[in-house]
Amino acid sequence: MEQNGRLKPIISLRDVGKIFYSEHKTNEVVKGMNLDVSENEFVVLFGPGQCGKTTMINLIAGLELPTSGEVDVDGKKVTGPGPDRGVVYQRTSLFPFCTVMGNVEFGPKSRGIDKKTRRETAQYFIDLVGLQGFENTYPNRLSGGMRQRVGIARAYANNPKVMLMDEPFGHLDAQTRYMMEAELEKIWQKEKRTVVFVTNNSEEAVYLADRIIILTNTPTHIKEEVKVDLPRPRKYSDQAFLKIRRQIEDICESTR
Amino acid sequence: MSEQDIKVKVSHMTKKFGDLLVLNDISFNVKKGEFLCVVGPTGCGKTTFLNCLTKLDAYELTSGEILINNEPVDLMKHNIAYIFQEYSSFPWYTVEENIAYGLKIKRRPEKEIKEAVDEMLEMVGLTEFRNYYPDQLSASMLQRVSIARAFAVKPELLLMDEPYGQLDNELRYKLEDELIKLWKHTGTTVIFITHNIEEAVYLSENILVLTNKPTTIKKEIVNDLPRPRDVTEVNFNKLRDEVTDLIKWW
Amino acid sequence: MSKKKGDREAVMYAILAIASFFVFWWFITTFTAAKQTTPGPIEVIQLLIKSLFEPIGNYTIFGHLMVSLRRVAVGFSVATILGIIFGIAMGTSDWARAIIKPIFELLRPIPPIAWIPIVILFFGIGELPKYVITGIGAFTNVTLNAYTAAENVDPELIGAAKMLGTDEKGIFFRVILPSCTPQIFAGMQVALSTSWMAVLAAEMVGAQEGCGWLILRGNDTLNIALVMVGMIVVGVVGFLLATIMRMAERRFCLWNRMGD
Repeated sequence: MEQNGRLKPIISLRDVGKIFYSEHKTNEVVKGMNLDVSENEFVVLFGPGQCGKTTMINLIAGLELPTSGEVDVDGKKVTGPGPDRGVVYQRTSLFPFCTVMGNVEFGPKSRGIDKKTRRETAQYFIDLVGLQGFENTYPNRLSGGMRQRVGIARAYANNPKVMLMDEPFGHLDAQTRYMMEAELEKIWQKEKRTVVFVTNNSEEAVYLADRIIILTNTPTHIKEEVKVDLPRPRKYSDQAFLKIRRQIEDICESTR
Repeated sequence: MSEQDIKVKVSHMTKKFGDLLVLNDISFNVKKGEFLCVVGPTGCGKTTFLNCLTKLDAYELTSGEILINNEPVDLMKHNIAYIFQEYSSFPWYTVEENIAYGLKIKRRPEKEIKEAVDEMLEMVGLTEFRNYYPDQLSASMLQRVSIARAFAVKPELLLMDEPYGQLDNELRYKLEDELIKLWKHTGTTVIFITHNIEEAVYLSENILVLTNKPTTIKKEIVNDLPRPRDVTEVNFNKLRDEVTDLIKWW
Repeated sequence: MSKKKGDREAVMYAILAIASFFVFWWFITTFTAAKQTTPGPIEVIQLLIKSLFEPIGNYTIFGHLMVSLRRVAVGFSVATILGIIFGIAMGTSDWARAIIKPIFELLRPIPPIAWIPIVILFFGIGELPKYVITGIGAFTNVTLNAYTAAENVDPELIGAAKMLGTDEKGIFFRVILPSCTPQIFAGMQVALSTSWMAVLAAEMVGAQEGCGWLILRGNDTLNIALVMVGMIVVGVVGFLLATIMRMAERRFCLWNRMGD
């Protein structure tokens, strides 16, 4: 996935900076960020608790605009939110008043896709995330893991070029998280997309990533990049896996 | 082990709700000063397990018995402390008052309370924050307050129900290390319930692996890995794999 | 299993409580000095049954009830629609809030009854003033609830909808409005009770029919039994209205009910 002109980057951040101004202080969250992500690459943003990871996601999503520099997705400058980028949130942010089907078809419906087509698309992704039989269930009846599956299906149903995932498994218990990581890997293998995934869990990072971008504290910039070339699906207790995990924890100084 | 060394003795603990068997004939011992981790698959009867162990919410066993120091559990007599996932500090008390709370209701002398509170504040690094109210603190600080409050009463048994489940990894690592420090310092007997196998292997001296409902003991594993432990080390992960294989459902 | 048993027990206690109330009423109106002034339960129930068939004034009691209900239906419905519009406008638009809120906050504490003289002055004594008075109480409740609900719509949900390609109109109708429904329904429940109370007050001034008029008529003719018949009808119907609203809420806010 070298950037020497072989592959055109699908996400490109050029000298991106983000400063939040409030009455009493200015808060520089992102500083001089340069990042290219190739098509179908799985990139993990890994960094300490309060670094600007979520801001990075919001900048690519267009929910925030940079104070300096430029964010491009698929060759076009990002000027606001749009359906070419799907977002999966930590709090899932499912529409509580829509059923599973209603949530997954929300995007296509918003874009005026006819009922038959959007139902078919939605059903495909509901099946893909393993929620067949729950189409008419409301989110408050689902477990945490199932809600995240709906979130993933909802993002996929718009057929976005880029998937942005902001610590989607951060609130799940350890065992459910392992299941969801394996599940996401499977889904991604079947429906390849460019993914930017945020986490502060080193194990999760090594399990999922093609490339791990290690971020500093605010003002956030890139500390180091680590490529993960291990065959998939990966095993948490493999020597090579543990070595990379150790490496990124050392870089991050969040070691034990 | 001899009878004197046993802090908690659970024999044939069984619990039914109506016709539904939830805990099925569970027997184990916890030694004085032991750090026992209890792990099981998601949705196994861990909460019922804990409630039965402490008779919290007036849980009566269907059959079996639980002895502490060779006597039936008595919450008034035995000094048992709890730490839950939710930081249950009182919002209307300061950090200091929260930590002192357990000692105050036991009507300990002022001087003793002050000494214990100072020591605990020091141990968890909250001395500067002693006059803060809980809603001025971060999640990790709140969890530290809970831990300080629990250790302040010098409990003979400390029960922890997944206290770090909602914290991110970085904080969890820090708090786990602090917990180990406190445990070594005080020699408290700890029963720690968790979903997280890595956490169980990192903390424990013994691991109790539970099955799905009806819950019973699948295996008891001795964990004699040297401390400080390293989660990326080979033997650590061998043990972790062993436990994982026993409960893996995902 | 135990839940059903609990329900049965609750119904049993309710019947027992109401029965003891009637016994107590019968007792004091039979054996104490209160019998001089106060009719007993038997007398009142007899009158209630009689008035189902014989008109008092222009209508039977059923007719009066229908008149009152019609006034509530009109006043409450119009007020609810206006309340939702004003409330959501205040909750979503800064300038709407800047204009409407100060006036609203000043008018809000004034109870419907206090409006009666002004409303009669403006609209005379026909049906319109009754609708207006009935509507005022409902309007403030619904507006306030719609306003708080709209102001507190989860911004992440709006963000999520935008990311999925939803336009402004879609965000309003498919995110903001449904997000607000549970709280609007909560407001409507209170609003309906307020309307029901307000209509009685409205019917006590310049009316020839309705439950409020019935009670006033009883008072004017020193027929305390008739006052009590009116009160019983008002109480029972008020209870039924509240129950219907709760059922409607359950139907429309299925997603908001926690699992059981």
